[in-house]
Amino acid sequence: MAFSDVNLTRARDIVARYPRPKSAILPLAHLAQDQDGWLTAEAMEEIAVLTGVTPAEVQGTCSFYTMFKRRPCGSLLVSVCTNVTCLVTGGPAILRHLTERYGDDDDVTVEEVECLAACGGAPALQVNYEYHEQLTPEIAEALVDDYKAGRRTPRTISGAQR
Amino acid sequence: MAVTETRIVTNRLREFTEDSWTIDRYLATGGYDMLRQALTMQPVQIQDEQVKASGLRGRGGAGFGTGQKWSFLPKGIYPRYLAVNGDEGEPSTFKDHMLIERDPHQIIEGVVISAFAIEAHIAFIYVRGEFALGIERLEQAVADAYAKGFIGKNILGSGFDLEVVVHRGAGAYIAGDETGLLSSLEGERAMPRIKPPFPAVQGLYAKPTVVNNVETMSTVPHILRMGGEEYAKLGVGRSTGTRIFSVSGHVARPGNYEVELGITFRQLIDELAGGVRGGKQMKFFIPGGASAPWLMPEHLDAPLDMDYVGSELKTMLGSGAIMVFDEDTNPALIAWRLLKFFAHESCGKCTPCREGSMWLEKVLFRISHGLGRPQDLDMMLSFGSTIVPGLNAPFSQTTICAMGPSTMSAVVSLDRFFREEILEMCNAGAARPTIPVTSA
Ligand SMILES: Cc1cc2nc3c(=O)[nH]c(=O)nc-3n(C[C@H](O)[C@H](O)[C@H](O)COP(=O)(O)O)c2cc1C
Ligand code: FES
Repeated sequence: MAFSDVNLTRARDIVARYPRPKSAILPLAHLAQDQDGWLTAEAMEEIAVLTGVTPAEVQGTCSFYTMFKRRPCGSLLVSVCTNVTCLVTGGPAILRHLTERYGDDDDVTVEEVECLAACGGAPALQVNYEYHEQLTPEIAEALVDDYKAGRRTPRTISGAQR
Repeated sequence: MAVTETRIVTNRLREFTEDSWTIDRYLATGGYDMLRQALTMQPVQIQDEQVKASGLRGRGGAGFGTGQKWSFLPKGIYPRYLAVNGDEGEPSTFKDHMLIERDPHQIIEGVVISAFAIEAHIAFIYVRGEFALGIERLEQAVADAYAKGFIGKNILGSGFDLEVVVHRGAGAYIAGDETGLLSSLEGERAMPRIKPPFPAVQGLYAKPTVVNNVETMSTVPHILRMGGEEYAKLGVGRSTGTRIFSVSGHVARPGNYEVELGITFRQLIDELAGGVRGGKQMKFFIPGGASAPWLMPEHLDAPLDMDYVGSELKTMLGSGAIMVFDEDTNPALIAWRLLKFFAHESCGKCTPCREGSMWLEKVLFRISHGLGRPQDLDMMLSFGSTIVPGLNAPFSQTTICAMGPSTMSAVVSLDRFFREEILEMCNAGAARPTIPVTSA
């Protein structure tokens, strides 16, 4: 989708912060993803216009970064760390459990991620970039269910406050 | 006597856990006093008499002298930029995450003082995209600092102007490399650039740029408060001051510990972090993040001294992440997971790193899952020497950035300390069919 009027104003403010407009590609892609739930081709075209580059350049940049989802994903993004500290404290079992449990649930996308810089509380995961630590498969499932049932308020898909 | 933490950079966030990140708490605990003082000094005075005299070395991983780096800025070329590295992606490092979430004003004060000292008028704070709460608090802190006149035009009536922009990353470990960070800030893929020219000479938008880590910036106000020479009395040799170490893995009390440099690994791991948990023995530990070669229990009495660890132990304190593994750990599995990380995060620009990390991951996968072949370890060392010629620390490299040689740290460590164990695993693996036959 194209930027809403409010977001278009925000987008222009963001571009103005930088000595060169192209520097605004990452922040604008976050803004678009917040609005639409994923990074659409249309949004990348609009970002290209706002930053004075071609749509291919925007896509070239955005496709490099794991946080940009270039196809629709669930409204809850569960990112489970399995890097070494989480590996030796139970991360892979959490990933396996959640992947099976929410495999055919369109609201929930479970992904494996690299170290989240939360190893002091390993095993760790994020739900829409909100941290949760010292988990077991059971606690993790209860947590995701809490978000699903509205007992917890999630951030947006790009991690902003609602 | 039992060792204790020396809390300089982490003092506020440990003492005021409920509101250490707010402007009110920061001002109530002496915040921005050092900025006032700095603005009455000459930039070169701050560089030489404070930062250089303190002996401060970068806390991001490479440990380069901060004052020295600033002095490389070519005279008379403007604009200059300050880029602060808060990308923290090195596995098992979680100190900058804490500093950003819990003491953002301390970073900002360090940034304004440093920008004044290097005569920069725009500073970018590049924060790892996944730190949603940290970015929220840092952005709030920047807004509050603008409102109070600590950032913006004519700061505190000094005539010095500075804009501070919080730039959010989007998930790429390589954006933590200083030149990858600059590419990313320019709106490109975060691909590192060849040095020289170093960023101090040609950095952001090809202008002179200083890149410094979040912890480095957080230390600057304290250097002014204590005085550079006084700060330099802390620590050992050329490793002055304190550092925050992130201790994780099989320890009783994982977490961040700020200690004076020069205490031993044993004091940090056993006394502060509570030692190996569950009454087990330590098998090995990794002293400086995923990129660092490993160490064994026999090295525990070595000092946390950047030079000693480099020259005597052939590894590094790196990003200050210490991972501890107990006696039941399969070292091949740890090596495989680290290579899976590197293979995923290699930006693809240099062939040795891109292809090397991918093949190392595949071979380590089969070794760690019981399907290794007897020649596997030597094969990895053989093709690894095309990434790290000679395989000798300090590592040389055939790649643009230091990630290339990092991919070989785990493999070299397996060969140094676990060769017999790996060969045994591989021989057992070779006795089985190479392609596992599974029944449906
Ligand atoms: C692959 C790679 C990843 C890096 N990641 C980080 C990082 O996340 N944070 C950081 O401060 N430095 C990181 N560095 C080190 C930076 O290149 C640079 O040395 C540092 O930011 C300079 O700041 P300092 O002198 O204050 O330490 C990384 C280096 C490499 C090669
Ligand atoms: S290893 Fe999982 S958060 Fe660091």
